[in-house]
Amino acid sequence: MMLIECPYCGPRNEPEFAYGGQAHVAYPEDPNALSDEEWAQYLFYRDNPQGAYAERWVHSAGCRKWFNAIRNTRTYEIQHVYRLDQARPDGAAPAPTTSRQEA
Amino acid sequence: MNQRELPQHPDFLWSNPEPKKSYDVVIVGGGGHGLATAYYLAKNHGITNVAVLERGWLAGGNMARNTTIIRSNYLWDESAAIYEHSLKLWEGLEEELGYDIFFSQRGVLNLAHTLQDQRDSVRRVEANRLNGVDAEWVDAQQVKELCPIININDDIRYPVMGGTFQPRAGIAKHDWVAWGYARRADELGVDLIQNCEVTGFVMDGDRVVGVETSRGRINAGKVALCAAGHTSVLADMAGFRVPIQSHPLQALVSELHEMVHPTVVMSNHVHVYVSQAHKGELVMGAGVDTYNGYGQRGSFHVIEHQMSAAVELFPIFARAHLLRTWGGIVDVTLDASPVMGRSPVDQMYVNCGWGTGGFKAVPGAGWAYAHTIAHDEPHQLNRAFGLERFVSGDLIDEHGAAAVAH
Ligand SMILES: Cc1cc2nc3c(=O)[nH]c(=O)nc-3n(C[C@H](O)[C@H](O)[C@H](O)COP(=O)(O)OP(=O)(O)OC[C@H]3O[C@@H](n4cnc5c(N)ncnc54)[C@H](O)[C@@H]3O)c2cc1C
Ligand SMILES: [Zn+2]
Repeated sequence: MMLIECPYCGPRNEPEFAYGGQAHVAYPEDPNALSDEEWAQYLFYRDNPQGAYAERWVHSAGCRKWFNAIRNTRTYEIQHVYRLDQARPDGAAPAPTTSRQEA
Repeated sequence: MNQRELPQHPDFLWSNPEPKKSYDVVIVGGGGHGLATAYYLAKNHGITNVAVLERGWLAGGNMARNTTIIRSNYLWDESAAIYEHSLKLWEGLEEELGYDIFFSQRGVLNLAHTLQDQRDSVRRVEANRLNGVDAEWVDAQQVKELCPIININDDIRYPVMGGTFQPRAGIAKHDWVAWGYARRADELGVDLIQNCEVTGFVMDGDRVVGVETSRGRINAGKVALCAAGHTSVLADMAGFRVPIQSHPLQALVSELHEMVHPTVVMSNHVHVYVSQAHKGELVMGAGVDTYNGYGQRGSFHVIEHQMSAAVELFPIFARAHLLRTWGGIVDVTLDASPVMGRSPVDQMYVNCGWGTGGFKAVPGAGWAYAHTIAHDEPHQLNRAFGLERFVSGDLIDEHGAAAVAH
């Protein structure tokens, strides 16, 4: 079981949290402008790296706030937690492929 | 049902050759899917200049970590076709491989605990029958007759309202299935190469012509991915994406007991599934750990949750002991259906996304994938399962539809 540090409440047991998948995947600015391939990328594809991963968690049995974490998917070690209004720590995890393609 | 004595293994099941410089087909991953694909390439298509490259040991991934449930009672036509083809192959597999695999058609019960469960189950039974898959709806009393140790009282949180039963479904001994395929593939000339990790691909323009490995470069006419939870890592190296997320999936066994559980019971709603293996241990599993993970381990509260569900359904298990828990890495797609077909790279093929339920598919998937590789074109059985469906929107949504996804 992981000990996850909520940026608002401090360290709590994993069962208090729910997982939200990859972080920083922005809704396309103009969905109508996307090709079917691009829309498929946005809808069905997320990065799945072995190593540092920027991901979303929600403290559902606590303050109910969403936040981001950088976690190593091989060791499960959480390297950073940060609020949604904070930037992804520099160099801690690669930016999502989908957003990179849109940028 | 009685405990069954395990026969002795022969001394050697396959040779361990040094990798050759070049093969017609290189298969990446020596789990069930890789081994079955190699066997059917040789047997059905006469392609024997084949290597299976495995970074660890044969079946050291999900293949010998799963809970071995075999069934074909999936909702949609495309799924029913491939899983039922697989089940038919299971029915002749001991003879085909000349090897004991302890395939036991003891039936699988998928329980219903809510009115919605019940409606979905009856719908699935009707769909199964139209597809020639054996299925019946059984009420709570019939559930009790099929599995006398189950609690059908209505004083529990989610009483059993009935379930679906597939009599031809069952379990098999997973590691022996792998050994059986490995032995036959080896006899037909396939090189099974362990401790050989693929670390990159050799390209000639858009076409793959070889693999870089921890044991040097190996040239390949075709490359077939069979790496389950690691497929994204390999696809990244090859420059394309696959729509999967890798999750830990755990299971557990108890110590050995008298045979008390004659069938396989799965419950989606309280979320546990239980069978009793041939030596007498209770085998249980449930859902994935929700986060992405390559660690082959998960969190203990997931185990606690499935045990509490099991004890409510089977009060007799309350004093059994947990002997061992473990985890695998499963490759989950959004529609809970696999991906099998050509990849964006010329002469490279992809077979992944079987997630929590690909053991039962080993014979059928190996059969269809071998055809896909041999003909550079999907078999009828996997035509609908290509990567294209995520662009066309033609998904095969088995999430929830197929009862528990194992
Ligand atoms: C706990 C658990 C319970 C399950 N229960 C069931 C069930 O009851 N019924 C069911 O039908 N299915 C079940 N499954 C799912 C099933 O086990 C998988 O879908 C199936 O085994 C996947 O195919 P495979 O056997 O080829 O995978 P694996 O055995 O995982 O084979 C993939 C292989 O690729 C190798 N590999 C990875 N990267 C590389 C590389 N770079 N180079 C070389 N080799 C590489 C790995 O080492 C591994 O051996 C379960 C899975 C788990 C984990
Ligand atoms: Zn909090």
